[in-house]
Amino acid sequence: MRIVKVLIVDDHRLFRSGVRAELGPSIQVVGEAEDVETAVRSIAELQPDVVLLDVHMPGGGGQEVLRQVLGSGSQVRFLALSVSDAAEDVIGVIRGGARGYVTKNINGSELTDAILRVADGDAVFSPRLAGFVLDAFASTEAPAIDPELDSLTQREREVLRLIARGYAYKEIAKELFISVKTVETHVSSVLRKLQLSNRHELSRWATARRLV
Amino acid sequence: MEGRVVAGVAQGAAAQLGLDPVVLRLAFVLLTMLDGVGAVAYAALWMFTPRAQGDDRGRDWNQVGAYGVLGLALGAFGVVTGVAAGGFVAWPVAVGGVGSLILWQQAAPGTRRRWMSSTVDQVRQKWVRVGLGLLLVIAGAVGFLVAQGKLADVGRSFMFTVVVVAGLALILAPWLAALWNELQRERTERIRQEERAEVAAHVHDSVLHTLTLIQRSAHDPREVTRLARSQERELRNWLYQPKQDADATLAAAVRRAAAEEEDAHGVPIEVVCVGDCDLDDGLRALLHAARQAMVNAAKYAESPVVSVYAEVEPEQVTVFVRDRGKGFDLDAIPDDRMGIRQSIVGRMERNGGAARVKTAPGEGTEVMLTMKRASS
Repeated sequence: MRIVKVLIVDDHRLFRSGVRAELGPSIQVVGEAEDVETAVRSIAELQPDVVLLDVHMPGGGGQEVLRQVLGSGSQVRFLALSVSDAAEDVIGVIRGGARGYVTKNINGSELTDAILRVADGDAVFSPRLAGFVLDAFASTEAPAIDPELDSLTQREREVLRLIARGYAYKEIAKELFISVKTVETHVSSVLRKLQLSNRHELSRWATARRLV
Repeated sequence: MEGRVVAGVAQGAAAQLGLDPVVLRLAFVLLTMLDGVGAVAYAALWMFTPRAQGDDRGRDWNQVGAYGVLGLALGAFGVVTGVAAGGFVAWPVAVGGVGSLILWQQAAPGTRRRWMSSTVDQVRQKWVRVGLGLLLVIAGAVGFLVAQGKLADVGRSFMFTVVVVAGLALILAPWLAALWNELQRERTERIRQEERAEVAAHVHDSVLHTLTLIQRSAHDPREVTRLARSQERELRNWLYQPKQDADATLAAAVRRAAAEEEDAHGVPIEVVCVGDCDLDDGLRALLHAARQAMVNAAKYAESPVVSVYAEVEPEQVTVFVRDRGKGFDLDAIPDDRMGIRQSIVGRMERNGGAARVKTAPGEGTEVMLTMKRASS
């Protein structure tokens, strides 16, 4: 069985040990870090497959870790894990390069699944993140600058809608009569659009949501 | 007060301005030479200046003599040279100066101290600026006086007025800027304090209260979870959700319904909303049906969690209520069971919407509700 090496980055010690205890046998926690500086150093030293990244941390938070690590050309994959479900945080950390976003009330087996999925290069969307994406891409009064990147296909929309409704990938595949692999492809493609689309509406939408 | 010369006005004003009294006394004497403005100013200030408390050590007659002689000398000089015919040049300046001095003296001691503490320090660092301003004022005044001789040349005197005004502005700018900054600082500070008070009140009213309740019901894990969930939800709403009127918009109403049923039945209900719109009669019916679906899911499905998804599209509104509980056989439900037939399907159809229930034993239940939007 393949073992996935994970680094847990979170400034709450209790939470780190809680996550460590919950993860399944296919996950090996190779280290923990509690702030931006130790996180960046540990990632370089330990070369984990997946980094579980807290969004709010001393020293700039998860986005700063993403900036420093991905900026240096590292291929390590990030799964953001946060108590915050504010749109700015979610969209911000995904745009920063994380391959998924889950909230901290996720249970151990779901988290294990999410980590394995991210390790495979797929994307992990929580229902709320899916809702945010639908909302953000729906509010498109302005014409898309790059149609390929700035809008979702009908199929992607369907997949996101099912995620928002609380369906797991397997259930989505069954519902849409497609394979789980295809579901993953759709979600990864949405993630790519989310990260690369440079329509400023996305970020503006995220900030505006707090101010309305 | 140590030794006044006439009534102690110059001394008092000097003490408040942080200047040497001699400067002000000379200023009064000089201004008196200009059509007696100084004397008038002195009298006005005398009237408005509050008497200092404490000792009065009497008049310093030596200085009275000195200033008297100086005044006489200058007066003679003025009469001889004709400079004293300052006329309307001196008046505005004198009136303005006296006015600001009176204002200064009438201000509450506290305010004055703050003005001083925030301005004087800054001003000291900006002597160059003040010096430049003074220079401009003097240049302007002298220029004006010179121009007086040739009154026909109105353009020139106008130019000098501009110079005087510019100089005054240059001198006053730091004071005004400092005052403004001070006001802004106080305002921010007040807002910050109000916010802090609000946070403290909130934490006290809700979070501390819940923590106490949790300690008291530590023996009942279900109740502890319920308390923690409802507090978490409340805090999240307070932190992240825009303030919405749950009686007016759909997303807020769905969230509120979910929160209430979650509290009532102790099953977490996760809500995701996409888009939002105002409530109308049809949507209120949709909301009732959705609430009934949540109740069913929380009460009978034995599902660890219920997912609610509401999406507002241009033409219609859709709400999904889904659980992963035990499900049931839709055909086996007797016709008289109110929950699904009446409260959900019937209500939706009566209001021009539709309801679809998807379920099977062991596979959970999903209720899908759609309602056309009235007019948009």
